[in-house]
Amino acid sequence: MKKMMTGNEAVARGAYEASVHFASAYPGTPSTEILENIATYKEIIAEWAPNEKVALEAVIGASFAGGRSLASMKHVGLNVAADPLFTFSYTGVNGGSVVISADEPGMYSSQNEQDNRNYAIHAKIPMLEPSNSQEAKDMMVDAFNISEEYNSVVLFRMTTRICHSKSIVELGERQEISPKPYERQLDTYVSVPRNARNNRHKVEDRMNRLQEYTETSKWNYTISHGSTVGVIASGMSVEFAKEALGETVDYLKLGFTNPLPKNLIQEFCDNHETVYIIEENDPYIENYAKTLGCEVIGKDLFPYTGEMTPDVIKRCVLSQQVEELEVPQDLIVPRPPTFCSGCPHRGFFYELGKKRKKIIVAGDIGCYSLAVGEPYRMMEWLICMGAAYSTAHGAQRIIDLKDDDDRRLVAVMGDSTFFHTGINSLLNTIYNGGNTINVILDNRITGMTGQQDNPGSGFTLQGGDAAIGDIEAICRALGVKHVRTINPNDLALVKETINWAMDLDETSVIITNWPCVLKKHYKDEDFEMYQDMWKTKDYVIEEKCTGCKACLRSGCPSLIFNPETKKTSIDPYTCVGCDVCAQICPYDAIQKEGYHE
Amino acid sequence: MSKSIKLVGVGGQGTILATKILSTALIHEGYDVKMSEIHGMSQRGGSVSSEIRFGDKVHSPVIEKGHADVLVAFEQMEAARYLDYIKKDGVVIVNDYQVNSMVTLTGKVPYPQGILSYLKDHVQTVIVDAHTMAGKLGNAKVMNIIMLGALIKQLGFEHLDIEGAILEHVKPKYHELNKIAFQQGLQL
Repeated sequence: MKKMMTGNEAVARGAYEASVHFASAYPGTPSTEILENIATYKEIIAEWAPNEKVALEAVIGASFAGGRSLASMKHVGLNVAADPLFTFSYTGVNGGSVVISADEPGMYSSQNEQDNRNYAIHAKIPMLEPSNSQEAKDMMVDAFNISEEYNSVVLFRMTTRICHSKSIVELGERQEISPKPYERQLDTYVSVPRNARNNRHKVEDRMNRLQEYTETSKWNYTISHGSTVGVIASGMSVEFAKEALGETVDYLKLGFTNPLPKNLIQEFCDNHETVYIIEENDPYIENYAKTLGCEVIGKDLFPYTGEMTPDVIKRCVLSQQVEELEVPQDLIVPRPPTFCSGCPHRGFFYELGKKRKKIIVAGDIGCYSLAVGEPYRMMEWLICMGAAYSTAHGAQRIIDLKDDDDRRLVAVMGDSTFFHTGINSLLNTIYNGGNTINVILDNRITGMTGQQDNPGSGFTLQGGDAAIGDIEAICRALGVKHVRTINPNDLALVKETINWAMDLDETSVIITNWPCVLKKHYKDEDFEMYQDMWKTKDYVIEEKCTGCKACLRSGCPSLIFNPETKKTSIDPYTCVGCDVCAQICPYDAIQKEGYHE
Repeated sequence: MSKSIKLVGVGGQGTILATKILSTALIHEGYDVKMSEIHGMSQRGGSVSSEIRFGDKVHSPVIEKGHADVLVAFEQMEAARYLDYIKKDGVVIVNDYQVNSMVTLTGKVPYPQGILSYLKDHVQTVIVDAHTMAGKLGNAKVMNIIMLGALIKQLGFEHLDIEGAILEHVKPKYHELNKIAFQQGLQL
């Protein structure tokens, strides 16, 4: 049967066909939909983990116990999971195990552009790189065979264009594989120095054996059109190169890429007068080819950043410029992503930004990163998940050394980020007697990646009932004495609470608790707790509106200012009645409309 | 033979759904189809684009600038934003509808004027008042399916089983409404 699938759907299907027993992940673009799709196969135990390290550690346990297991993450997630990965390389597997890294050439929604193929070399593990959805599925099935045959976790490297592009997949049969028996292997699984030194030699032997495998792997092959010009590429770059250059060149297509096939590359280079190496991000294949003494053309010609799309290749190889229509720039204004109408973060940032010169805001990864944009412009740095509290603590330490600077650090992160690694950072602050103001913007969901559930939402990946992590109780258990939970849509309360925290010289935590407007699942208690949630609308009484634009400072996209009439109106289709603008209006021109079902 | 279609709009307008429906119908027709989208930071209110390439054999899932046969824009300014993707002899199908961005909402910068006339002057353009039509059908959200109907007519692909694809991707409750919307788009 043929089906149109994204790469993410296809690897999930591959996991199903390979009889995977356990899968775990933390959501992150472009990898999120892998676990969401795996969760639709009832044969697989699929879980959201609070972070990538935890996900991989659960997967390692599942493998040791005999199950086929996989963890998926975005590229930066592998930095978090790197610690267990490197030792998992030494211990080897029992049930086959795969780590999927979804890299992002071009950084469409990530804080950096890193090439995780380097992790395969660094951790000394085999790697596969699919070029389209069919390969994503087929390679996934094979990855588990390679993992078990060579006793190693396999790195499965995808990129945004593989994850989020759709192509046709011929589905296969599911293999029914039961978990292997668990056997105590103290000498192997307990990675103390005596054992690790033994394992280290096994790793070297394994990579030597894989050096033979890679030369004959079905995933590495040449496509000949009788040309003197050759292209070596892996992943999506293969498809881009075929589109741009078609049958005018020969190809060495690499799908199994750690270790790289020495003889295949050498032979291909010997047989062609000119060889281009087309790859996204780092010169991973190029550097290897050069160490073999091959003369190849790579990053000297191709850009070192972004995607190697056909236009890039045509420009670099054929010096072809694409003819395109010019668009007058006055026809376009930017459309930056913004907080949604009714986003509970808006009220908090409005009050935080109001005439407060004595603060520095440390940011984190999530929807609230949007506070960096208009009209807030109030996030002074953003590093990685969970870093807001710890970076703020370090910064506050230095600010406090200065006699002429009495600014306070306000660190913001979301509920999912708090569970991810924020807890550790807050513990650091409280342990070291810090005095930062730590805000948890708890919208009851992992918002930015598309409303995935988390340990605070009360639901599992499949929407089943789950225990709810009590954020306020966790903060108190960490030792925070000053914790307040507030409704961020109540501006007077937000203001009073920020003032309360500013007056303290000890660690404080402000939890703003109100659900994301896009949240899908609710419990009955929620409807009691969050009364009139999204059930009303606000409207402008035109006669009272003076056109002062004060309400626009809330940054709500439902508010529209008409420059001709000099009045503001509220889009009734998008307003969800959070009332933040009504509280800001100095003329009582914004009123609440009745209850909507 | 291969054709490239780019669909653009604002987050929440149903761009991706329309793309999925069309892809499904094309694959049922036996084409090699590739589809691509970039999402992540444009959950709501951001600029969204997705693309379909189909033919006997398709390699790249992305359309190069200057290579789209048809640009379907669900919003005026988004048509202008992605106009450099269209071939010189390509067609733009544009929804006569404006969605403010954060920049224009505040009144600091006006929503650009003259987009439709610029389009008409430079490329073959089909203007569809899909927003009003959808409103008359009682649900502004089916605007995307009306636009899809207009695209199918433009392509001359009336033989595609779009209604079947709608059944696969839309909740049963909305099947009938979407079918009507598609037929209205087809008759434009």
